[in-house]
Amino acid sequence: MSDLDQFRNDTREWLAANCPAEMREPMRDESDACWGGRNPVFKNDAQKQWMDAMAARGWTVPDWPTEYGGGGLSPAEAKILKQEMARIGARNPLMSFGISMLGPALLKYGSEAQKRHYLPQIALGQIRWCQGYSEPNAGSDLASLQTKCEDKGDHWLVNGQKVWTSYADKADWIFCLVRTDPAAPKHQGISFLLFDMASPGVSTRPILLISGSSPFCETFFDDVKVPKDQVVGEVNKGWDVAKYLLGHEREMISGMGLGGQTDSLGAALADAVADDPVLRADIARFDVDAMAFRAMSERFIDELKAGQAHPALPSMMKYAGTELNKVRHELVMAAGGSNALEWESERSNKGKSAREWLRTKANSIEGGTSEIQLGIIAKRILELPGA
Amino acid sequence: MPLYLNDDQTMLRDTARSFIADEGAIAKQLRHWRDSGCTDGFGHGLWKQFAEMGFTGILIDEADGGLGLGHVEAGIVLEEIGRNLAPSPFLVSAVAFVAALKGSAQRERWFPGILAGETVAALAVDEGRKHRPEAIAMRAERAGNGFRLSGKKQFVVQGASADVILVAARTDEGLTLFAVEKDARGLGVEGVRLADASIGARMTFDGVEVDADAVVGEVGGGATVLARALNAGRAGAAAELVGVGGAAMDMTVDYLKQRKQFGRLIGEFQALQFRSAHLYSELEIARAAALKAQQLLDEGSADAEAMVSVAKAKAGRASQLAVQEGVQMHGGIGMTDEYDIGLYMKRDRVLNELFGDPAYHADKLARMKGY
Repeated sequence: MSDLDQFRNDTREWLAANCPAEMREPMRDESDACWGGRNPVFKNDAQKQWMDAMAARGWTVPDWPTEYGGGGLSPAEAKILKQEMARIGARNPLMSFGISMLGPALLKYGSEAQKRHYLPQIALGQIRWCQGYSEPNAGSDLASLQTKCEDKGDHWLVNGQKVWTSYADKADWIFCLVRTDPAAPKHQGISFLLFDMASPGVSTRPILLISGSSPFCETFFDDVKVPKDQVVGEVNKGWDVAKYLLGHEREMISGMGLGGQTDSLGAALADAVADDPVLRADIARFDVDAMAFRAMSERFIDELKAGQAHPALPSMMKYAGTELNKVRHELVMAAGGSNALEWESERSNKGKSAREWLRTKANSIEGGTSEIQLGIIAKRILELPGA
Repeated sequence: MPLYLNDDQTMLRDTARSFIADEGAIAKQLRHWRDSGCTDGFGHGLWKQFAEMGFTGILIDEADGGLGLGHVEAGIVLEEIGRNLAPSPFLVSAVAFVAALKGSAQRERWFPGILAGETVAALAVDEGRKHRPEAIAMRAERAGNGFRLSGKKQFVVQGASADVILVAARTDEGLTLFAVEKDARGLGVEGVRLADASIGARMTFDGVEVDADAVVGEVGGGATVLARALNAGRAGAAAELVGVGGAAMDMTVDYLKQRKQFGRLIGEFQALQFRSAHLYSELEIARAAALKAQQLLDEGSADAEAMVSVAKAKAGRASQLAVQEGVQMHGGIGMTDEYDIGLYMKRDRVLNELFGDPAYHADKLARMKGY
């Protein structure tokens, strides 16, 4: 038996023994996820048990180095772990912007001290992070951000406002883009700063969305003092870190919705399409697109781990994955008919279909709009001319 | 297995890419044979060269003198065929036909000729204007020691040049496949030039008598043999479509970087940039789907057939988008015969129809998934 076959067997056995039954049921929505944090909220004991068991092996971050709390798995081993988890329907043990976004950026740009301090906390789910990128006047044109960060000698002083900060009201720390040199060209005066959301002067206000929930916040900084050693990378070179992190954010968003969905949409909606040949055809075409996209996701991750992926490929994945997820939810709504319109009834699980459908509309806006991604593909991959 | 080409496969791709770009170039092959009125629609010399390169033996076992490689490797060659619109018996003869005959007694009769680039094989499945293998009506009655075949076939690719035709017909026992030789009595072959300048054939079987040993596989067991042929043919056609669409896109993107209007390169216009980027995304997804289908076929996975349908449907739609955008973005010159982009549009149309179009495969996938 090859080492990889042995690894697969061992992994399968370990998962069988350690993944609680409740953690093998599909998550209904993001609120079912385990987010960790300083004051973690667990839905049940199984959730905590599952996160702790995985974290103890470093398998919340299987391919990070062991010295930073990771599992130290090779790309092939990490793929096997993923396949074996998918095989039994095991949930992601820890949802975390620390894992999907900040961690990769720290691994590339962080100082040794920063890596040793922050990464193990992320792996163990001890700190819940949020992302301070967009501002009221810096959306698609992110680099025009204005949040001011002044050097006060022994500390930084931050003033300004962020918006669309996901779960800022629940987060412990923030990774934040700030302007450290207002005189420099816009891409060259930005720094990447980490700070505690409990710092005096930080406040948040949830934004009510069309789905009726408030996952995003406005975040205000009013004379927030930040220790000097909490800049990642060089001062005024935060844009490089920001872009690198955006690649990982796009990768994460591209898999939202479709990543967890393993089989055909039509199979799930078979009753609804039985008397509706046109809808059946639309759904069959969607299933073709979704299965093809899943193959693309597999190829993308394999290429990424082998260092073969084009650096702008996350933009393509983000564009294609989010547009597809929107189509999926339009089809779910069409199949549900007037049942799917109910907003509050217990019958509709408090409007689950309709609320999810509306939530997906943000997928092609957050983390860079579809139009921003198409522009990146056109310029960086196809090398078309122009600004 | 990672979903990208390994080192050996990358080497094969590089070899196939430069060889086919050179020897299979549009001016040298497609236009040459089309403009000289060739009734085969392809060059036998290039078929010989394919054999010398080892390509024709990719799917043939080493024990039978082939390379013993898989569908991934066949797909690598097909993508390059697609990129150059190289007219070739490769897809039907060296991929679909070889896959059908794997493990059968007839392989000893036909594989040596395919390995040598001397034999051309065809696949006679379709009977109407669309690919409907589930509804094959052609009959094969028992007669003496063998069978008597009666009925009609169409869209038999390279049928007019084939030495052997693999024919799907119904016996009392069920679907059965027969290897029929070209000079069989009662076989009528009408070569028909198609839109892409390839030659297909309409065939009439007027009581064509074949021996019992012409049966490939078991009598009544044709569904398995046909599935092998069609899975291989569809995955291969998907790879060729990715090549057709990929080359059409590259040609178009190049054009956007050269053509000036309103005092600037038209590639600066956001309307064209977005459409190009969307097309790129569709083609990359199609390439991944084709590779996944090929890998699953090579692994003998139970999921292969569904993924083959996904690949054929996705590659068909992506390539169709590529050729349509290609002609539109080239503007007026895209309509001229002098420019190659229109040739890609014609080849795409034929390949989309071959072995089932995207609608057929979306429907097939839905049925496999139980709706």
